[in-house]
Amino acid sequence: MQDIVLEMKGVTKRFGSLVANDSVDFDLRKGEVHALLGENGAGKTTLMNCLYGIYRQEEGDIFYKGQKLELNNPKDAIKVGIGMVHQHFMLVPVMTVLENIILGQTDNLKKIDFKTPRKKVQELCDTYGFQLDLDAKIADLSVGAQQKVELVKALYRGADVLILDEPTAVLTPNEVNELFVILKQFIEQGKSIILISHKLWEVKRLSNRCTVLRSGKVVQTVNTDEVEETDMAAMMVGKKVTFSYEKTPVTNTDNILEVDSICAKGLNLASTLKKVSFSIKRGEILGVAGVDGNGQFELGESLMGLTPLTEGKISFDGKDISTMPTRERIENGFAYIPEDRMTQGLVMDFSLSENYVLNKYEHEPYTTHKVVFHSKAVESHGEVLTEEYDVRPRNPKAFAKSLSGGNQQKVILARELSSDPKIIIAMHPTRGLDIGASEFVHHKLLTAKENGSGVLVISADLDEILAIADRVIVINEGKIMGEFVPGEIDLSEIGLMMGGISRNGEEVQE
Amino acid sequence: MLAFIEGMLGAAIRTGCPIMLCGLGCLFCSKAGIINFAMEGVMTMGAFFAVLGSYLTGSPWIGLLCGIVAGVISNMILGIMAITVKVNQVVVGTGLNSLCLGLSSYLISFCYPDGMPNKVNAFKTISFGPLAKIPVIGVLFEQQALTYIAFLLVPVIFYVINKTSFGMAIRACGEHPHAADSLGINVDKKRYTAVLIAGVLGGMGGAALAIGQMSMFSIGMVAGRGYLSWSAVTIGKFSPIGVMLASLLFGAATGLQVRAKTLGIPIPSQFFSMFPYLLTMIILASVIGRTSGPKAIGKPFIKGER
Amino acid sequence: MTAKVGKTEITIKKKDKSFIARIGGLVVTFALVLVITALIIAMSGKNPIEAFGYLFEGAFSSTYNIGETMVKTIPLLIAGLGLCICYRTGLTSVGAEGQMAIAGLMTTIVGVYVTGLPRLVMIPLCLICGMIGGGIWAGIAGFLKAKFGISEIINTIMLNYIASFTVSYMCSGPIIEPPGTYIQSSMLQDTAFLTKLVPQTRIHTGIIIAIISIVVVYLLIWKSPLGYQMRAVGYNPSAAKTSGINVTKNLVLAMFLSGAFCGLAGAIEIMGLHHRLMPGFTSELGFDAMAIALLGGLHPVGVTLSALFFGALRAGSTTMQRAMQIPASLVSIIQGLIIIFVMMQGLFSNFIIKISKGKSGKEA
Repeated sequence: MQDIVLEMKGVTKRFGSLVANDSVDFDLRKGEVHALLGENGAGKTTLMNCLYGIYRQEEGDIFYKGQKLELNNPKDAIKVGIGMVHQHFMLVPVMTVLENIILGQTDNLKKIDFKTPRKKVQELCDTYGFQLDLDAKIADLSVGAQQKVELVKALYRGADVLILDEPTAVLTPNEVNELFVILKQFIEQGKSIILISHKLWEVKRLSNRCTVLRSGKVVQTVNTDEVEETDMAAMMVGKKVTFSYEKTPVTNTDNILEVDSICAKGLNLASTLKKVSFSIKRGEILGVAGVDGNGQFELGESLMGLTPLTEGKISFDGKDISTMPTRERIENGFAYIPEDRMTQGLVMDFSLSENYVLNKYEHEPYTTHKVVFHSKAVESHGEVLTEEYDVRPRNPKAFAKSLSGGNQQKVILARELSSDPKIIIAMHPTRGLDIGASEFVHHKLLTAKENGSGVLVISADLDEILAIADRVIVINEGKIMGEFVPGEIDLSEIGLMMGGISRNGEEVQE
Repeated sequence: MLAFIEGMLGAAIRTGCPIMLCGLGCLFCSKAGIINFAMEGVMTMGAFFAVLGSYLTGSPWIGLLCGIVAGVISNMILGIMAITVKVNQVVVGTGLNSLCLGLSSYLISFCYPDGMPNKVNAFKTISFGPLAKIPVIGVLFEQQALTYIAFLLVPVIFYVINKTSFGMAIRACGEHPHAADSLGINVDKKRYTAVLIAGVLGGMGGAALAIGQMSMFSIGMVAGRGYLSWSAVTIGKFSPIGVMLASLLFGAATGLQVRAKTLGIPIPSQFFSMFPYLLTMIILASVIGRTSGPKAIGKPFIKGER
Repeated sequence: MTAKVGKTEITIKKKDKSFIARIGGLVVTFALVLVITALIIAMSGKNPIEAFGYLFEGAFSSTYNIGETMVKTIPLLIAGLGLCICYRTGLTSVGAEGQMAIAGLMTTIVGVYVTGLPRLVMIPLCLICGMIGGGIWAGIAGFLKAKFGISEIINTIMLNYIASFTVSYMCSGPIIEPPGTYIQSSMLQDTAFLTKLVPQTRIHTGIIIAIISIVVVYLLIWKSPLGYQMRAVGYNPSAAKTSGINVTKNLVLAMFLSGAFCGLAGAIEIMGLHHRLMPGFTSELGFDAMAIALLGGLHPVGVTLSALFFGALRAGSTTMQRAMQIPASLVSIIQGLIIIFVMMQGLFSNFIIKISKGKSGKEA
């Protein structure tokens, strides 16, 4: 157990003036799971990208079984037996499973021999009990199956060390359990695993040792069974983290938004909305929990009129708005914090001021007489909001692309909340943000609620939902699995709902 | 009627061949994720230097070689701008097209001090004796060497792109360059290779036009064929056989013009001239407009960034 | 400047490129273009210094020559401004040439066959018809892009050819000048002529329209809600859509407006200069306009300067050709080189950043 397979010594990686990894020491023993724990932006992925040859570190050395490695590209890492499963899968969607697995193995003008690899891949699949159709196109596979393809891809290349970047982020609880079984098998086969994660329970349950990273530096490496989760959390963020807010009880009884069995076409079958119904009261936060890709995106988009409904009805303030265009919904008091702030939320090449008026540029005082656009008014509005929402840098003329993720999110919040919305649809409002920024966002949403807005918070982060929502619905494969009030039921029951077992205990068949 | 069909087929093959060669080049680039918008210019250079080579040596084969070298050099400029400098490929292509067009007409007066010859040695028709006597399809066996090569290249390119690991790596670079990179495939190198191949094919296409279909060079003779070949990739749904069919269609459309004139059909020639272009728009708008090509097409690859 | 690490975005503050640095970049670009052009001239056995001398002389040496520079600048400027509109909206139009041709056709039809109107009505009518023609021609590509997602690049190219054949057909048949000796239309009525402004030159009132266009396009892009919308769509159509901006409408509208300005350029070219339609009257102005829009940084002021540059180049090249037998196609070469080197500017500055920061690389 004690022989060290892999060692990183004093690894430093900079991006311009930013130090992503600051002389990090890390080692991996044979047959262990070594977790790399840290918040978003702590430098976990960057460190592993150095190990996998995607980046080249400025300082420090990497040793594999005592040999110093010169990793110039992933091929070098693959050659010595390092495999990596990226968080965003590196699979070519239009190619088949088998093609993806053997991609890059050979590079010549001979006819590709599928026979030998097929046999070897099939053997690998059998060893670990994977049910994979090797001729299926990646685009047609579920996320869980795609992950298995990634694992097979690494094993096929003879990986002894596996790097897994946030492997459970996109899985259902069942798939997570399945993955854990697989990983145990890998260990039994003598492989070693580096697990990148920010989920404490997962690290606790799976790993032997754990290295905590904070702002690019190693905080400590510990034996996992010797520490409590709370201690690890404290190491990770530098302070205690549990979101807990005072929730004012919901007193209103009239619904601001009613959604009546709506259907909408999704990116794939699992995310297609199937007769979704719920309602939100004035001054209420309704949470939508669920694993990513189960129709959350489609729900948000159809509420905003960005995706047409194929069935069902949406009423707002008693009026049917099912076919109302997006712009009119916004005029009527909708606010939307979209899932992806970079592609949907902000115009990166606009200044902050210009971004603040994206939903109201046609109104006075920004536009007068319908055709005269006043950039002065836009700028002074920008100054006010930048100050009020504590956006840094305090420069409304800065381009949105020059801001950090947290500050970008503040810009969106400022834009959406400053127009006194009646209903707020917030998709993953704190994704990728640090604790401080997350709390800021939560407080703003809670304030909006107290001012009488109805709020829909869609998030894959269950802790967040439980902390701020007054009521929660769980979505799975485009269906509502059940509804509860935070504190009313325990986590395992919520987990079941997220995995497709409805609240009265039946597995919902398609 | 048979004679008409035979004539059309012959025209389709003759005039479609240069477009097809260039189209196959554009296809290769598309598969690797590069928009080869410079094909008009590449073809111009190919045509110009093919004629020059044939003029100086008297051999169309050396002309072809000159055309290929010129095609490769001009396409490499696009490659450098698209792959290493990482700029908008369409805009660079436009610049390159006007550069090549200007260069070709500028060079004429210096390469031919005694005036441009009306005719240089072109490829000769190779006839497969009895096969060429078969009615209607006999015309298939009475073509120039370059035409035969062009048609042979269709299955060859199909094989390379779809059946070899090299082709698979090229496709990966066009669909998901980061996945390719994560498996140690050198994306930039693969894309340069594709640009190189496209340069060869583009130069051949130019040569096929100037010393195959015709036997001289004139300013602006490419007249949009490069753009047509580029559109042939989209119309042909990103497959070599599709490119071939689209090119033949363009060829037939051009052939129609000649036929109509000899048959005395009272439709002004300009309508026939605009026919291929109109046809492209109609086909794109009606059936295949939404065919999506490789996902990463036109996007520069920046390592480590999604 | 931002670098993405995994899903986290890291931001590196970078000082905005100073004005001087930007001018410096332009100077480097021009110097490189000049050197390469000189090499090309030298290779053909001529003296590049002498050639540049003639180029300059042809553009600026006399009232007439300055007038020629202005006359060549007018359509380039207006079409370049038009292209700014669609480039800002994220549409890569290659269609200025065809839009100018169709506009020329429309203007000619009105100018020749609508009779009995006073000058004050005739001129605006001809201009507007040209604008509508160009606008619709561009709008077709915009519509196909917005509705079916078909590349506006392909369609604008195809429309260029269709326009050019249409003009050639019209000139050789339906509107041919009797008795039909030359392939060209009849002369416009003189009520449709743009008035000459400066004696001994060909400068016409089109120059006033050009100056008004600079202001109009500036106001449109930066001082109108429509311009804000179009810029938002150009930078990030998906964010624009999410905020309820009608992307489809903006794409079509931007193409239409862009085509209208290119059409205006075509109409002025006919009304101020040729006074009749003939095939090829656009003489690749539309392609120069692309280079002008890009070189001018898609800003009306920049476009004005680069249009003047290209206008001078066109005017001067005639003199150069006459004096030294250097083909005027040198202008196309210079135009191509400028596009390529303008695109390379980014490389120059990246290179400088790389050097100053060591080999940390990987920045977007």
